[in-house]
Amino acid sequence: MAVPLSYNLRNLVVRKTTTLMAALGIALTVAVLLAMLSLVNGLKTSLQSTGNPLQVMVLRKGSTAELTSSVSRQDFQVLKFKPGIARDKAGQPEASLEMVSVINLASVDAPDGINVNLRGLSPIGIELRGLKLIAGRWFTEGRREVVVGQSIAKRFPSARMGGKLRFGRGDWDVVGVMSGGQSAVNSEILGDLNQVSADFDRSEFLSSALLRATDDVAADALVKNIAADQRLNADPLLETAYYEKQTSSAAPIQFLGTFIALIMAVGSSFAATNTMYAAIARRSKEIGTLRVLGFSQGSILLSFFVESVMLAGLGGLIGCLLVLPLNGFTTGIGNFSTFSETSFSLTVSPMIMLSGVLFAMMLGAIGGFFPARAAAKKEILVALRSV
Amino acid sequence: MKHLPMILKNVWRNKRRTILTVLSIGVSLCLLGVLLAIYHAFYFSDPTPEQALRLVTRNSISLARPMPQAYRDKIMRVPGVREIAIEDWFGGQYIDDKAEHQFARFATDPDKIFIVRPEMKLPDEQKAAFMKERSACIIGRPIADKQKLKLGDKITLKGDIYPGALELTVRGIFESEQNADLLYFNRTYLEEGLAERRRGNAGIFLILAKTVEDVPRIEKAVDEEFRNSPTQTKTESESAFSLSFVSFLGNIKAFLLIVCAAVMFTILLVSANTIAMSVRERVREVGVLKVLGFTRGVILGIILTEAVIVSLIGGVLGVFLASMLTGVVRNMPAFLDQLRHLSLTPSVALLCLAIAGIIGLVSAFIPAFQASRIPILEALRSSD
Repeated sequence: MAVPLSYNLRNLVVRKTTTLMAALGIALTVAVLLAMLSLVNGLKTSLQSTGNPLQVMVLRKGSTAELTSSVSRQDFQVLKFKPGIARDKAGQPEASLEMVSVINLASVDAPDGINVNLRGLSPIGIELRGLKLIAGRWFTEGRREVVVGQSIAKRFPSARMGGKLRFGRGDWDVVGVMSGGQSAVNSEILGDLNQVSADFDRSEFLSSALLRATDDVAADALVKNIAADQRLNADPLLETAYYEKQTSSAAPIQFLGTFIALIMAVGSSFAATNTMYAAIARRSKEIGTLRVLGFSQGSILLSFFVESVMLAGLGGLIGCLLVLPLNGFTTGIGNFSTFSETSFSLTVSPMIMLSGVLFAMMLGAIGGFFPARAAAKKEILVALRSV
Repeated sequence: MKHLPMILKNVWRNKRRTILTVLSIGVSLCLLGVLLAIYHAFYFSDPTPEQALRLVTRNSISLARPMPQAYRDKIMRVPGVREIAIEDWFGGQYIDDKAEHQFARFATDPDKIFIVRPEMKLPDEQKAAFMKERSACIIGRPIADKQKLKLGDKITLKGDIYPGALELTVRGIFESEQNADLLYFNRTYLEEGLAERRRGNAGIFLILAKTVEDVPRIEKAVDEEFRNSPTQTKTESESAFSLSFVSFLGNIKAFLLIVCAAVMFTILLVSANTIAMSVRERVREVGVLKVLGFTRGVILGIILTEAVIVSLIGGVLGVFLASMLTGVVRNMPAFLDQLRHLSLTPSVALLCLAIAGIIGLVSAFIPAFQASRIPILEALRSSD
């Protein structure tokens, strides 16, 4: 017969200071782990929701990022008329030639400046990405105007609506703020293709081309067709695949965070063990009584084990509460393949919170096993006699 | 002090609890020690004598954009400049994209690089071979060992930033106290393979100053020189330049500080909990001590000392573990140069011990204070 759960619950409540202190220790460990997980999760969400599986990105052969790629206007004329490319209402191919560079902007965190992506593109490129204007207006072709992503507007004081940015050959007016949902475009600055490329002396050699295929079969065929075209010397890949590859930039933070959380976990599981031993020492008499009442050694072991897991689970819940305010917090991380900063929001998802609570319970299980076994092995008479 | 034997006995009365507490504090402090060591390495470490003399000039817009090579002559004329070597980040692929084939590849000036980077050590005949042969390259000892390369081996680098592929021959293997996970080859060889419009660019200018005092002056003078040029520059000391890679990874400073605070708070909780537990078990004893004439102050002192001793033992263990762990970090394929020499400096170790002591004191204060204030009769009557 199992010892009722309410026995353990009441015990935790009676020793509330000790319970709370041990739980808080576990809570902090869980909080560190969860903060790291939500950071990585936010970055991955941002990069994975960028890109459309129907769209094909074309880079120069050997290039792994738009920044180091170059696609000439001549190449683009060939690319535009490849089979399988969707047409817009006017019958024009849905293909966008783009130029990407990085510029240095001072941010709240880094007054010395951080690199952000600058993209020159034409209206078709905006349409392909489904970007929405949330303030101001789009840039006018032929004018020195830019529209910034919403993360940029949030993080860089100089890139707010109505501000001026200095790059290329002079000042650019910020005339609008756009949103690309959760995608990485939010951390880009967009301007007119011709104007931007002229400023960077790259009117003939741009960076990349983005093509919309009519359906996914056509998209795969388009990739094969372009890869096989000897004239082009180009590397085509699905847009989704391109961004997927960049998630590796979260690796250092992920590594460091896991490492820290693991070491903290060892420390706090020792602390949990300590708390449980103390609890058992104080309840010797109770344990003896339970045995006299007929509870088996196994059910006592289980009972104390469960109590430890409950204690740690409480810690896990507190840990979740601690990181919850971080949800939606916008930050940026250096992306070594675009050589610029990707901004994203920390996402504390239910899955992450669940894993935090499970992690805590695991700590409780490890920390509680030996004390529970010690409790179960107590001699009845000795236990009853103890003061 | 005369109570020390009793305090030590108390520390050791519940062996299991003391061991668990010491382990818990030790493990947490070890983490704190490593984090503080990293923080120290990033923000407080002194540059080596070679580094202190060097500056890096890059395009003010971004490291990824080049500058005209002709800037070199103008920078040479800045007073205090001894020598300049250009380094162009080649990137590219060696064999494939796998992590084990990753190392930095730079195109540079073979006749200048050894002057600017005197910490690179290799035999004179290898230096001469590197200067003489266009397609020669030199590699750091760690690469030679890891990739099993020896003198005379051929290497093919597939370009990504630069078009095409480069055929190189290993003509030298250098040792260096600093980052040696890199390959240098001749800039002229790179330029030859480029289209006309892409020639004549420099990635960074690595400047060697005559004296340390010249460094801040050069920093200002170089950027001033190009203020009104189409391509402006940003010049900073080599250590500041490498720190900019750290900040590129995100707000590491805040990250480290927040985690350190969380760790310290955890230790505080652990220690406070232990002391509270042990005091609770000893209420009757405290009553006996009071009957024997111990004053409240002495009892407070006895319990506080006990807590400090336990956390200091944890601290010593933590420092020991941390010094081993920094060794592990040092030998990892570090992505950051600063971590290559990570070690627990005496100042950081002392700081850790001080933190341990203070935490012991702070955590024990409330339980100790409460115990010292319990009325004698109540204490004696307590059965717990």
